[in-house]
Amino acid sequence: MADTAKPKGRTTRSTGTRRRTRKDTSPGLADEKPDTLLDYYRQMLFIRRFEERTAQAYTQARIGGYCHLNLGEEATVVGLMTALRQDDYLFTNYRDHGYAIGKGMDPKRVMAELYGRSDGVSKGWGGSMHMYDTATRMLGGYGIVGGQLPLATGAALAISYRGGDEVVMCQMGDGTTNIGAWHESLNIAKLWNLPIVFVVINNFTGMGTTVEMSSAEPELYKRGAAFRIEGERVDGRDVLAVRDTAARLVERAREEQTPFLLEAWSYRMKGHSVVDPAKYRTDEQREEARSEENDPIALFDARLAQEGLLTDELRDEIAASVKAEVAEAADFAENSPHPEVSTLFDYTYATPVPNESTRMPADPVFAE
Amino acid sequence: MSVITYRQALRDTLRAEMVRDENVLVIGEEIGVFEGSYKITEGLLKEFGPRRVKDTPIAEEGFVGAAIGAAMLGLRPVVELMTINFSLIAIDQIINHAAKIYGMFGGQTSVPMVIRTPGGGGQQLGATHSQNIELFYSFIPGLKVLAPSTPAEASAMLRAAIRDDDPVLFLENLGLYNSKGEVPDDYAEPSNDTVATIGRAKVTREGGDITLIGYSRMAMVAAQVAEKLAEEDIDVEVVDLRSLRPLDRQTFVDSVKKTGAAVICEDDWLTYGIGAEIAASIQEGAFDYLDAPVRRVAMAEVPMPYAKPLETAALPSVESISTAIKETLSAVGKRVG
Repeated sequence: MADTAKPKGRTTRSTGTRRRTRKDTSPGLADEKPDTLLDYYRQMLFIRRFEERTAQAYTQARIGGYCHLNLGEEATVVGLMTALRQDDYLFTNYRDHGYAIGKGMDPKRVMAELYGRSDGVSKGWGGSMHMYDTATRMLGGYGIVGGQLPLATGAALAISYRGGDEVVMCQMGDGTTNIGAWHESLNIAKLWNLPIVFVVINNFTGMGTTVEMSSAEPELYKRGAAFRIEGERVDGRDVLAVRDTAARLVERAREEQTPFLLEAWSYRMKGHSVVDPAKYRTDEQREEARSEENDPIALFDARLAQEGLLTDELRDEIAASVKAEVAEAADFAENSPHPEVSTLFDYTYATPVPNESTRMPADPVFAE
Repeated sequence: MSVITYRQALRDTLRAEMVRDENVLVIGEEIGVFEGSYKITEGLLKEFGPRRVKDTPIAEEGFVGAAIGAAMLGLRPVVELMTINFSLIAIDQIINHAAKIYGMFGGQTSVPMVIRTPGGGGQQLGATHSQNIELFYSFIPGLKVLAPSTPAEASAMLRAAIRDDDPVLFLENLGLYNSKGEVPDDYAEPSNDTVATIGRAKVTREGGDITLIGYSRMAMVAAQVAEKLAEEDIDVEVVDLRSLRPLDRQTFVDSVKKTGAAVICEDDWLTYGIGAEIAASIQEGAFDYLDAPVRRVAMAEVPMPYAKPLETAALPSVESISTAIKETLSAVGKRVG
């Protein structure tokens, strides 16, 4: 299993597509509990349907702002989240819906946040990019590329300071590896021996710019070398490979109190966000991103079916229950009240002090 | 009461807070082994060790952000930025993260941290090291910005900032570190629970002729101006803003209602500067009481030159502020000394 992390395939610089081997490196199913496998399958399918529902709600103008989906990344998301303990911390970028659900948030409240309602995980203050929940220790989706890296590093500092045994996972996209916060955070994490795993979701494209166009070293898992941080790469289409590799690095971070880097190759099935038709993709790239060969759910479905674990009947049953739960989440969001305007000034400061402004736009300054 | 420097007030208060609360740690460049570029952290590494006194690489975005993340988990980091100019490298973390995390996530997690940093021109440090850009932070809801002008204020405000649950930009000044003033005898005691009120300005000298408003080093200069003009029988009321966000408008507006005239002195640039907000607030809050236009004395609008005569000319001074006061009083037909 150790070689699951070894890089396979080569980049083809002109197109930003990759050829890679997969099946020979994937963990076998022999040692797996059927219920666990079916649970992964259900979680992945749930994210798929949840995100499809999200896209639909967006086009119906129930959801506003920027909206980035995890479509195509379901195996990566579920594999990573399975590798964490409940008390481990998670920081992500703005493509965070699946992670929020995977870390344990109630999907109803995630959908309500997308709708901007008061039952949303962030009470309607955050929206798509800003899922957050102290209870499940998902400490934020962040909308500024790279912004979550210093924060996650600091969370790991707090754990280390207190002698705790939690680990921080810090997810980001491939484009993040070129911003200053990347270099500064990895350097500090290693210097201070912090228990953190930086996870780069490499879907080969930062918005429309390929990894080869933006990164002088496009083999991203190698980029920890500048900080003596061990890096590994895993096939993000394979939920078991992601889980095993991530779990190994998370446990090493816990044991050795030092950072690690994980690169997961994954496909973004659609555009950068809901409104992006991805016209910059070549036909070949589009084909690749949407092909069944690269669809983590289709792949896992086929494997489970081959092993006799997923029968047609069971598949239908899971699909129906997922569909019902997603519909329930959307109904919940739809029926959740909008936040009251009277709460507008509730969250500017945690410690109240004199002269905080509660002025509405047209109010005179001294009517406060 | 004893008389100490602004630097010592900061240093001793920081130490006392570290003794008092295990969650307080200091993070910054050259604060440990080097004991601080301006020696505010002198002796802290020896006393508290490297766990609580963290020397950082030159990576402001990284270590300011790390302090925010640590604060999210309940530590109370006090970050030193060597000068406010270097805060520009960390500005994404300060504005997009420290100031946003409490509100953006619906009040789930506060960010109890302090960023201490000196501003200040007049040290012949040239254009990039002489800026006063506290306005950038004072503009941002979610941040609190404090600007103490005396050793006693520095001590009481630092204590308040560390114990506050919100991110506080704590503005010091290179020109104040050696200034002296009285402090309470127990200012350095870990058991001292006297904290300054964040969000309140203060009338530091009463007078009837005109209101002079400043903060940080300029509040000290304002006191000197008032002292000097008193000899010429001009009675200046001085308001020290103390807190740039929240801004206590009522205190200076009440003062202007009494005196009928106002001059603002500020170490930053005039156009769009802190003084612009003060002046706008005065016209809105005391329009009917004003006998003359509100004047601002501010830095000349140039990147700060290195050469001493140019630098001196670019900065507000006791003389230039005195001139603006006399011109204002003259315009309203009040006596001019």
